[in-house]
Amino acid sequence: MNIAFVIDALVTVIGVTTPILLAATGELVVEKSGVLNLGVEGMMLIGAVTGFAVALNYGESLGDWAPWAGVIGAAVAGAAASMLFGVLVLTLGSNQVATGLALAIFGIGLSSLIGASYVGMVIQPFNQTFPDWLAADPIGRVAFGHSPLVYIALVVVVAVGYFLNHTRAGLILRAVGENDVSAHSIGYPVIAIRYAAVAFGGALAGIAGSYFSMVITPMWAEQMTAGRGWIALALVVFSSWRAGRLLVGAYFFGILMTLELYAKASGFSFLPSQFWAAMPYIMAVAVLAVMSARDVAGAEAPACLGRPFMPNN
Amino acid sequence: MSLVTRRNFVKTAAAGLAMPALARTAFAADPVKIGFIFLGPIGDFGWTWAHNKGRLAVEEALKGKVKTTYVENVKEDASAIPILKDLAQQGNKLIFTTSYGYMEQTVEVAKQFPDVKFEHATGYKTLPNLGVYNSRFYQGRAVEGTLAGMMSKSGVIGYLGSYKVPEVVMGVNAFTLAAQAQNPKITTKLVMIDSWFDPAKEAAAVQTLINLGCDVIAQHTDSPAGLQVAEQRKAYVFGQGADMHKFAPTMQLTAIEDIWAPYYIDRAKALLDGSWKPDNTWWGMKEGTVVMSAFSKAVPDNVRAVAEKIIAGTKDGSYDVFTGEIRDQSGAVKVAKGERLPDDKLAVMDWYVQGVQS
Repeated sequence: MNIAFVIDALVTVIGVTTPILLAATGELVVEKSGVLNLGVEGMMLIGAVTGFAVALNYGESLGDWAPWAGVIGAAVAGAAASMLFGVLVLTLGSNQVATGLALAIFGIGLSSLIGASYVGMVIQPFNQTFPDWLAADPIGRVAFGHSPLVYIALVVVVAVGYFLNHTRAGLILRAVGENDVSAHSIGYPVIAIRYAAVAFGGALAGIAGSYFSMVITPMWAEQMTAGRGWIALALVVFSSWRAGRLLVGAYFFGILMTLELYAKASGFSFLPSQFWAAMPYIMAVAVLAVMSARDVAGAEAPACLGRPFMPNN
Repeated sequence: MSLVTRRNFVKTAAAGLAMPALARTAFAADPVKIGFIFLGPIGDFGWTWAHNKGRLAVEEALKGKVKTTYVENVKEDASAIPILKDLAQQGNKLIFTTSYGYMEQTVEVAKQFPDVKFEHATGYKTLPNLGVYNSRFYQGRAVEGTLAGMMSKSGVIGYLGSYKVPEVVMGVNAFTLAAQAQNPKITTKLVMIDSWFDPAKEAAAVQTLINLGCDVIAQHTDSPAGLQVAEQRKAYVFGQGADMHKFAPTMQLTAIEDIWAPYYIDRAKALLDGSWKPDNTWWGMKEGTVVMSAFSKAVPDNVRAVAEKIIAGTKDGSYDVFTGEIRDQSGAVKVAKGERLPDDKLAVMDWYVQGVQS
């Protein structure tokens, strides 16, 4: 096994991991504020189709900047979709689980409708950040050979970890998620903070979606995220709501999936392939089981997660 | 109300001899309903997209006489049963279930609705009101394998598969056998991704195959994701279900196009004139349900000539890729020298030929 081989595999791992990491980081912030948004899959798809449409339609006029416009469009579209959820859940106090599932289904439908005319079209892939000479040799390629979104995902997860644990604003966000009544009584705008968190989560889910339609496979196909939004949700629980573990967990998932493919292509069929495919879910269940056995699950999850807060009642 | 009357009509018709003609006149007043269930979204640009094109062709060809409905994204599990029952209760007289994984569900619902006719794609279980149909896509795989065998420099070719079902297994085997006929040392690396449609995983799987040394790749999953990766990494590739050269303009050698229109129109006409029977129909290149896209410029003339001979031989029946001697992975002889694998064995194929690495 030579070094180029390992690097090729690493490139695959990074490609598989990045969108899940982006979406899960957004959801982490949402859940830390005490809101459970199960609509990640739908927001990702809306982001995916928007990013593709913008990059395609402005490809000529914007040139090299078109992919960036696509990413911004995806973020705005994801945030807009999440605001729909926000109004229902935060202002009107509807059930978060039901509304989140509705958002997921709505996103699948809306993206298919918007994307119908884009089926079968292609754009230039958005996958070169640094000049060619930096990414020429194998070591350089693993460090510099990726799409900008890969680096953005890493920066964002580190920034979110710092924000949550080391800043005053992060402390307030956590306070809102842990005890909304107390946070409200000492004067913090609980609903406004939650709106901001939900919008941030939506924007990151949108960007995660654009990674599918602009980087991995620069095209649009209905439901192209194929359930990654649900894996992102599981990952937040898996990480017990910590940014560091989220990063490790996302790469763990990416490595598992890549190993599965290598094992199959190399003829190692000592485990049935369905077992490999179920692995991330088995791991999530195992982590949950261990957490509840140690009786820390209650302590790890934000105390107000999923509970509506209606200050006027 | 009208449904009940129709059912009584059919019952009475079965008793008498003169009645069927009458029953048909009653039908002709409003269009006959035909239903489809699809595995993926109709915009997948692959398997479901091709079936939907067939459906639209039926509407076009028999305008006013038939009305089609479809349900997309139907999972291959128990959830297909209520969807099929719904379609039957809505008055659809003929229902096409367009994926292998609907086999048991179609059998169950067909037993409950003896008046409704069903057709299941790529399966093998039939009933008095349930027929099966398939296309000999493996004939196209043999053409792809021929190109792969002659054009691979590494001697290692790749196959991106979905599930280990006969439809996929026979494709892998046809691809490998045809390649070995050109270069006996060929091995095929096979990755099953346990999904028909997952662009990100399809892309990762093709990357993996290329990393492991494959320089020509065939796919049996539904999105063009793999082609885009192959284009970026400069590996030859084949389109699946439709001409996908847009996704790999320099690297797609050819593609297998699924053309269902001739079959669906034929069956809709049979339904209308009352000649419908639960057949086991298996059309292919000869009948025009499997069509190869134009070969790309990357295919050298001598290779093209061999591939075209395979196509011609397939059409006139002189060539069959499953002609012995064929050995399985353990080396046991599965088809004796000079014999052809019969259709009933082909339809349930669950073993790989020698040279497939899985």
